[in-house]
Amino acid sequence: MRSIINYLKEIIFGVWSLLKGMKVTGSYFFRPSTIVTQKYPGNRKDLVMFDRFKGEVVMPHNEKNEHKCTGCGICEINCPNGTIEIITKSIITEDGKKKRAIDKHIYRLGMCTFCALCVKTCPSNALAFSQKFEHAVFNRALLIKTLNKPGSQLMKGVE
Amino acid sequence: MEEKEKNINPDEQQEYVINMGPQHPSTHGVLRLVVSLKGEIVKNIEPHIGYIHRGIEKMCESITYPQIIHLTDRMDYLSAHINNEAVCLNVEKALEIDIPDRIKVIRTIMSELTRIQSHQLWWASFGMDLGGLTCFFYGLRDREKILDIFEETCGGRMLVSYNCPGGVMYDIHPNFQKRVKDFIKYFRKILPEYDQLLSGNVIFHERSKGIGKLSLEDAISYGITGPTGRGSGFSCDVRKHEPYSAYDRITFKEILHTEGDTYCRYITRIDEMWESMNIIEQLIDNIPEGPFAVKMKPIIKLPEGEYYQRVETARGELGVYIISDGNKNPYRVKFRSPNFVNLSVFNHITKGFKIADLVAIGGSLDLVIPDIDR
Repeated sequence: MRSIINYLKEIIFGVWSLLKGMKVTGSYFFRPSTIVTQKYPGNRKDLVMFDRFKGEVVMPHNEKNEHKCTGCGICEINCPNGTIEIITKSIITEDGKKKRAIDKHIYRLGMCTFCALCVKTCPSNALAFSQKFEHAVFNRALLIKTLNKPGSQLMKGVE
Repeated sequence: MEEKEKNINPDEQQEYVINMGPQHPSTHGVLRLVVSLKGEIVKNIEPHIGYIHRGIEKMCESITYPQIIHLTDRMDYLSAHINNEAVCLNVEKALEIDIPDRIKVIRTIMSELTRIQSHQLWWASFGMDLGGLTCFFYGLRDREKILDIFEETCGGRMLVSYNCPGGVMYDIHPNFQKRVKDFIKYFRKILPEYDQLLSGNVIFHERSKGIGKLSLEDAISYGITGPTGRGSGFSCDVRKHEPYSAYDRITFKEILHTEGDTYCRYITRIDEMWESMNIIEQLIDNIPEGPFAVKMKPIIKLPEGEYYQRVETARGELGVYIISDGNKNPYRVKFRSPNFVNLSVFNHITKGFKIADLVAIGGSLDLVIPDIDR
């Protein structure tokens, strides 16, 4: 007799525990404001990423097409996996001296692990992270980027 | 001998060998288990590992100490911040640098947030392993809130790379404290829902209670740490026994349960989430003022010698062992990863149970495969 009662108790407890779980899931039908799903890509236009989000490395240029990169190569040394390659050239400045400047700052996005060592260690703050996160391209060659814009120069006052 | 075999019915005699994995949804990664079955009973499990071996330890020998940190992110990706911290603490110990309190407190808060998000993902996937898809959505929904906190302060969501030798990369974001407090308030309300959904569920009880028993003696002799070991009553919390960062100035209790079955490991992790929230609440309001990083030399060279530092990740004890010969690169780096050790007990505790229990036991061990292979 006792075993039958225990058996019935177990069934009732089991059904009760299932109902308790279903109460949690069911309650979300009546409070849809707590649903958090974002409708990406529908909300792409007003999607704002956080300021520090590590999207990709960029070199900010000002309106006169000037950047701050002196071509010292510290980012290249600090990069753990050879993402950055700096090709330098020697230019002659206005007062007739020979000086080293960057020809190309090559950044291979496909190899980057976003450790932020290049941005952090740059002595002249020439690099920054952009908030762009949609990196997919159809051609692998497009992942190799040249960060300095064509015809750009070193900003005055940056050594 | 041969004659004897002929007389016995082959159905009773033969063991049936199947491959579970490398691509299997319930191994949570590329882990191949060669399972010997007799009917539905598991007789033997042979884990074959190495499918995502990247040679992280060897790679560390050719790069500098600040660069090692981003590699440790990719070992146990769910406790990325704690892995980073282990390397940083080891380097700081070798250089004998005093770390300001602010850095210690920031690191501790971040570690505990990492632990919570790791256990949330574990809860989500464990529920899914046992057939409750709702758990997966709920777990990931709450984890998103912590990932947003990480994203705002560290810039990365999962692979944060927030630590550097001598401190952290950036100061905490002005919104950080408010966001963390909001999360704690929110999660204290949500965590009982987890209990109602899964912990009290009768089907879950049937599938987890008494399954995969690991005794205290076995846990110690196999070296099982983390919630898996503490579920068997093995007091192995490094935070308690060998406090690092700010763990020596706060009061928290080590979660210990003694039954050692799958359900017990589950309860241990749920209790740890409560305890982590307690730790964060003690620290979040009194983050001391000060610098967020100690100024280090541009090229860090450790003095010649051997250094070892252990920390408590979300899965157990992580040890970082560095041999330095005085150069900017380490001579040898060895990671004592918790998952590799925890995997070794898989065969022992699964023998004799049904194949469906194998999934439950594997889920309760909370294996992260990149940490096994490294």
